Amino acid sequence: MPKVAILGAGMTKFMRRSLETGRELCWEAASAALREADMTLDQIECVVMATAPDAFDGVHMKGEYLLDGAGAKGKPYTRVYVGGGSGVFAVIAGWWHVASGAFRNCLVVAEEKMSPTQPHPQGAFNAIYDQFLERPLGVNLLWIFALEMHRYMLTYGIKLETIAGVAVKNKRNAKDHPASQVAGDFTIQQVVEAEVMAYPVTRLMVSPVTDGAVAMVLAGEEQAKKRAGKQVWVEGVGWNLDTSYWTNRDLAYPQYVENAARMAYKMAGITKPREQIHIVEPYDPFAYKELHHLEGLQLADKGQAPKLLEQGFWDRDTTTGIPSSPSGGLLGVGNPIAAAGLAKAAEIYWQLKGEAGPRQIKRQAKRGVAQAWGDLMQVGTVVVLGI
Amino acid sequence: MNGKVAVVGAGFTPLRPLSPEVSFRELIFEAAVRAYQDAGITHQQIDSVVGVAEDFREGTCIFDEYTPDQLGAVQKPVQTVAGDGLQGLATAWMILQAGAAEIVVLEGHSKASNILHPAHIEAMALDPTYVRPHGWNPIFVAGLEMRRYLHQSGNTAAQAARVSVKNKRNALRNPIAAYSAEISVEQALASRPVAEPLTELQVAAPADGAFVFVIAHEKVLPRLKGQPVFVDGIGWTSDTCNLPTRDWARAVYAEKAAQRAYQMAGIRNPSDELDFAEVDDTYAYKELQHLEALGLAPAGQAGKLLEQGVFEREGKFPVNVSGGSLGCGHLHDASPLRGLLEAILQLRGQAGQRQLPKARRGLVCSWRGVPTATGAVVILSGRC
Repeated sequence: MPKVAILGAGMTKFMRRSLETGRELCWEAASAALREADMTLDQIECVVMATAPDAFDGVHMKGEYLLDGAGAKGKPYTRVYVGGGSGVFAVIAGWWHVASGAFRNCLVVAEEKMSPTQPHPQGAFNAIYDQFLERPLGVNLLWIFALEMHRYMLTYGIKLETIAGVAVKNKRNAKDHPASQVAGDFTIQQVVEAEVMAYPVTRLMVSPVTDGAVAMVLAGEEQAKKRAGKQVWVEGVGWNLDTSYWTNRDLAYPQYVENAARMAYKMAGITKPREQIHIVEPYDPFAYKELHHLEGLQLADKGQAPKLLEQGFWDRDTTTGIPSSPSGGLLGVGNPIAAAGLAKAAEIYWQLKGEAGPRQIKRQAKRGVAQAWGDLMQVGTVVVLGI
Repeated sequence: MNGKVAVVGAGFTPLRPLSPEVSFRELIFEAAVRAYQDAGITHQQIDSVVGVAEDFREGTCIFDEYTPDQLGAVQKPVQTVAGDGLQGLATAWMILQAGAAEIVVLEGHSKASNILHPAHIEAMALDPTYVRPHGWNPIFVAGLEMRRYLHQSGNTAAQAARVSVKNKRNALRNPIAAYSAEISVEQALASRPVAEPLTELQVAAPADGAFVFVIAHEKVLPRLKGQPVFVDGIGWTSDTCNLPTRDWARAVYAEKAAQRAYQMAGIRNPSDELDFAEVDDTYAYKELQHLEALGLAPAGQAGKLLEQGVFEREGKFPVNVSGGSLGCGHLHDASPLRGLLEAILQLRGQAGQRQLPKARRGLVCSWRGVPTATGAVVILSGRC
């Protein structure tokens, strides 16, 4: 199987309401990635797009609409779609475009412009539920997260204050991210006492509504080897989708994330994830989700991620633990749904190259994992990157 | 490339204008059971799944959520491609070539009858700033394109109408077709204008149905019982769907996709090296435009060759012997999977009363409909 490297990444600022159209956001991110890769668009052989519900931009066949901005005009172009998991999945799709031998390189673009949804994108989220059984209840996404968070806390006896620590950590980390939307210094008490969205989720425990785009250039070994410096390789990919009937499974543990992680680890030859993985960007749209996913990724035992959080094991400056969401994650940088996942993969790429600036972790990192999640608490997407 | 990829199982439901008694899940389940049976596998043997769908047509915000159960693929690597059936096939092909799976299932369906006002949905695909505010029915794009294509290529409206006549007649021999009929060119031309010069009988009417295919790497073929049909070449290309900057006369996406597919399959002279084609005919003129883009007719000659009978079932180069979308029904992104099914049946010698005497290598070409300029081309053969 041909090896696939990352040659460059780029992103727009994450913000609540961008003046740019979705196409323009794509163009900005794609241009930045090409600049970093020192390439021009005519050298790109194919393009992958990731963007989540069409309902956000209010455009049917949104991938077709965005393709000009993503630089795909006249090229082989595919939009892959696994809900919120799409951002990391875009790297996976970019990987198979090159690893299959079909193309020498691939430009991967992820975009989300949530602000056109009026009055609020949570309205669009009602339409992700089953037409007959769930939609008539008027539910949105906060509601299902509150249920899952409750179940997680109850099963393992986790305190609200402990989970709030994730928001504090990530919003603090995001202060060093130039694209961040909701960075800041907060106390546990502030997070816990913030406005309740759907108990036990408070406003500071949920990622914001965001517009933004991220892009990445992938290439085969032949092209990658021609350039000087450290190469970051895609060592493993995994994805997994659970049943649509989310009410029928135990919400305390994301089995689908474990399945996706095991697929990626097998490809990367990882047998002891806690030793062989040095940095992680787990999907953190809600504070508890980061902990949930760290367990699914086999980086902590079931119910143990919160304890490790209290010990500083996931802190950016740790020298003995595994830094988790050093970028600031969705809670700090922002959550343009599909673009957020690709931002996580980009962060691992910059960290492994030692180019994360003030966000650079203290410990030596040779291998990192980015993970995203989506659909009805249902899909896990995982990439292992290494130097 | 790393070995060959083959379709080893095909399952489908008959196509119908309405299917009120079944959900999309039940349609897909029926097609999946047939496909797995045909390939000689159980659902446990599936490594990965690729589905094709677009949210607005499904009426669900993240349709990907509702794909795994009816395919028996819960907790497997399942994904949705927001593209057409052949882009889905290309994705499956790449996953197999990259070694991430050995058996991949491809699924596409249409529950078009659930869409109360299709034009309202399709209008949402128009540019929200410059085009959509005019409030036009999006089919105007097809009307404009048809006029420009006929003007520039020299083909005539009557020749375009003849495509409808041929395909609807071909569909009379296809038991899954929803809109088979014996009509005349005059009738097609005189039917209600939809967006001049396009008339109602030159527009494929929507239908419901589902297709499931089992696709495998050649190294696992000895373990499977389905008769394999090999993917010799595949290409897909998106041109802009931005109306002011697109090409209105040529199907540039089909030209580029075909170039790729021909190169991969080692084809220099498609008319001689291929035996038949299933080509997108969402609108009658599109078949002529696509045939020229694919190099199966010289520029501006597709209409004339059609009148000479070249593309008839008994002709030198049969096109849409299944009945195409005009005869079988339009299935949106699943339409090319109806073409894929026909190609598989022809290459296997299982096409019944439609069976072509010579079917060793065939082509399927897709288009994603207005306002897109995206399409794909696949070359299939019955032998390795």
